[in-house]
Amino acid sequence: MEFLFYMGDVFTPINFGLLLLGTIGGLILGATPGLSPTMTVALMIPFTFKLEPQQGLILLGAAYTSTVAGGAVSAILLKIPGAPANIATTLDGHTMAQNGQGAKALQLSFIASAIGGLFGVFLLIFLTPVLATWALAFGPSELFWLAILGVTVIGTLDSSSVVKGLLSGCIGLWLATIGFDDIMGAQRFIFHPALGGGINVIPALIGLFAIPQVISMFAKGRANVDAEIITVQRHPIGAAFREIFNRKRALGIGTAVGSIIGLIPGVGGQIAGLVAYDQSKKMSPEADKFGTGHPEGVIAAESANNAMVGPSLVPLLTLSIPGSPTAAVLLGGLLIHGIFPGPALFTQYPQVVWPFINSMLIGQILMCVFGLMIAGWAANVARVPRAVMAAVVLGLAVFGSYSVQNSMGDVYVMASLGLAMHFLERFGFSAAPLVLGLILGPIAEANFMQGAMIANATVGQMTYFFTGWLNWLLIVIVIASISYSVWMELRQRRYTTKEDASA
Amino acid sequence: MKKWIAGAVIALTAMTGTAMAEGHGDYPERPIMMMVSYGAGGATDFQARIVTMTAGNEDALNMPVAILNKSGAGGRVGWNWLATQADADGYTLGAYNVPHFIAQSIEGGVSYSTDSFEPIANWGADPAVFVVGADSEFNSMEDVIAYATANPGGLTFSGAGLFVGHHIAALQLEKAAGVQLAYIPNNAGGAGAMRAVIAGEVLGGVNNLSDAFRAREAGTVKILGVFDVERNSFIDDVPTMMEQGYEIDNASVNYRGVMVPAGTPQPIIDHLAAIVPTMFENGRVASRMEAGGSPMHIMNRDEVLEMWAQRQVTLEALLADL
Repeated sequence: MEFLFYMGDVFTPINFGLLLLGTIGGLILGATPGLSPTMTVALMIPFTFKLEPQQGLILLGAAYTSTVAGGAVSAILLKIPGAPANIATTLDGHTMAQNGQGAKALQLSFIASAIGGLFGVFLLIFLTPVLATWALAFGPSELFWLAILGVTVIGTLDSSSVVKGLLSGCIGLWLATIGFDDIMGAQRFIFHPALGGGINVIPALIGLFAIPQVISMFAKGRANVDAEIITVQRHPIGAAFREIFNRKRALGIGTAVGSIIGLIPGVGGQIAGLVAYDQSKKMSPEADKFGTGHPEGVIAAESANNAMVGPSLVPLLTLSIPGSPTAAVLLGGLLIHGIFPGPALFTQYPQVVWPFINSMLIGQILMCVFGLMIAGWAANVARVPRAVMAAVVLGLAVFGSYSVQNSMGDVYVMASLGLAMHFLERFGFSAAPLVLGLILGPIAEANFMQGAMIANATVGQMTYFFTGWLNWLLIVIVIASISYSVWMELRQRRYTTKEDASA
Repeated sequence: MKKWIAGAVIALTAMTGTAMAEGHGDYPERPIMMMVSYGAGGATDFQARIVTMTAGNEDALNMPVAILNKSGAGGRVGWNWLATQADADGYTLGAYNVPHFIAQSIEGGVSYSTDSFEPIANWGADPAVFVVGADSEFNSMEDVIAYATANPGGLTFSGAGLFVGHHIAALQLEKAAGVQLAYIPNNAGGAGAMRAVIAGEVLGGVNNLSDAFRAREAGTVKILGVFDVERNSFIDDVPTMMEQGYEIDNASVNYRGVMVPAGTPQPIIDHLAAIVPTMFENGRVASRMEAGGSPMHIMNRDEVLEMWAQRQVTLEALLADL
């Protein structure tokens, strides 16, 4: 309960001002395509040089929580996921916005984010010592099986066809091999200097999601000049709260999956949203509605990606190991003030750590309040004429990919992947499995290689990858996940034939 | 939004406009950019931001230095860019990591070597150290090598990747002790390598002194030896490898400093070489670096030139039998 003792520190005028600044700034930067939470926090670090440690960390904590949620805005309204965490949000969120339910989608995403986020921070507050040992339990073999589990999600993520989903997943896995391999030192598929560092996930995300969108908007704009104007439905905030609490399953699954995955160093936020989306789809009686603008898709994805914020800091604060890229940036923010994270952190610097954690709690609530305030207004973006919209999205896509590391190479990557995706989409492939392959490929490969090297030097590969209850647990879930997909595919086929018969 | 985009367009036009200005009589007349070939938040980036924070002072460069991150492929992306695409006009600096970029140029497949760059000054030296988990049975390098001799190729130890300081240290240890070890490069860099040690996935690891010092403060590791010619003030109870009987010099020490692309006008190089070391000596810089646990080691241009030449020779010999 020590955190309550330091709660007052967050509400001093300067600290609360910084908290507001961090939250609003975070929301705006998070909603800007190309600025991932990691970059936003990195951009804010220089501002903390001049602040007291406590103030600096309050600013960083608030900014971190709200950028993660801010990414949902561009995901829903523009179909540009701000960060890998928001990929799953585009699947149903953007469809909702196109149906005129943008306000509702935004409200649901902010409320779900806040609930998931609060849960995650409470885990950080109460269970840090327990969770710290958990974060160490995932070695190369466990991470390898976890990545494989992620790969099995690929098949069911795409609602149209398992085979096409797997195929685009494979394209993603191939794209992930491009670049310089860190473990063996080999250079693979580098035909242009822009590919030397591999394909950066953020430009790839922007290209794969936004560019096909832009192309089809231009095409439609020409085809029928007087295209139907989307009426943006108003949506009372009270109704959004009721909706969330009626969909407890999606909220629960999202929060639980986000918290657990957020804890695992190196995998964290990138796949939390997608795995939660997939799980709630599999457990939902309305599974076939996912992907067509179903509120549960938004709720699961957004509660998961904010729930991961708290637990992702556990390895950093207790063991001094940054578990995610954002945590690594926060480590810099702590070090610059001479604060070393570790078990002694909570006893040596309670006046810094607790306000930092409290700022994430209050930040979640403020983020939700501001989010709800702008939701109704922001949803009008859907009414912007297609041609204008396409031009703006294209501009943001170029700006976003360039700003990741000030490199034109990333813009070329974005443009070529986007163009290729446009054609793939016309053949019924979708972007989400492809991106999942791109993210999981390096995790699976690097951990397999490391595991194999350790195994060869010690116990042998079979023993290494097939011993320990955690390995077996993951293997069992992998098998269950695959058999579920196969079963669903068979059942769906039977339905199709029935319909055919009755028709 | 539209106003904002218009503003950005004007700003961009203004920037290209000034880029065309010629002559270096009153250099610098606009902000300077420094490329860091690692991501934001990493040790190199973090230190680069601290050591350049006083650049705007009147007694320093009188212009701020902005950090530009170009990360990827263990630094190769950024250094390739600096060697081939950056303007050699004094407004583009780069941060170097030795032995990384020299080892990579010897290994091949990159478009730079020590001839592609002109050093300005060195700000830091972070030696590699050998760490084991806090509950490990190893208490000295002797225990480690005894285990490795009994189990050839069975001593697993982690490091940040290939052709970086950690890898060089591992090769040196193998050569000096005459044993075969299993070096496991980690794809998540130094932090990932440290995690592997703490979690007990590997028996030991080579890591940065600054990170190991922090981990030891946190009580998660023991530090058994320093890959340097003398002990370090952060951990003066830990003996060097030389003291423990292994012929290992400071070839793996991670030197960080500032350089410019070759072809930068000599007057500008001289100006920078005179000013930049004094910038590093600033008291505010030193106290920030100290607080962050980052060892400083200031060297002027001539000393760095000599250090680069030495490394080139040592590393060529070491990597020849790889």
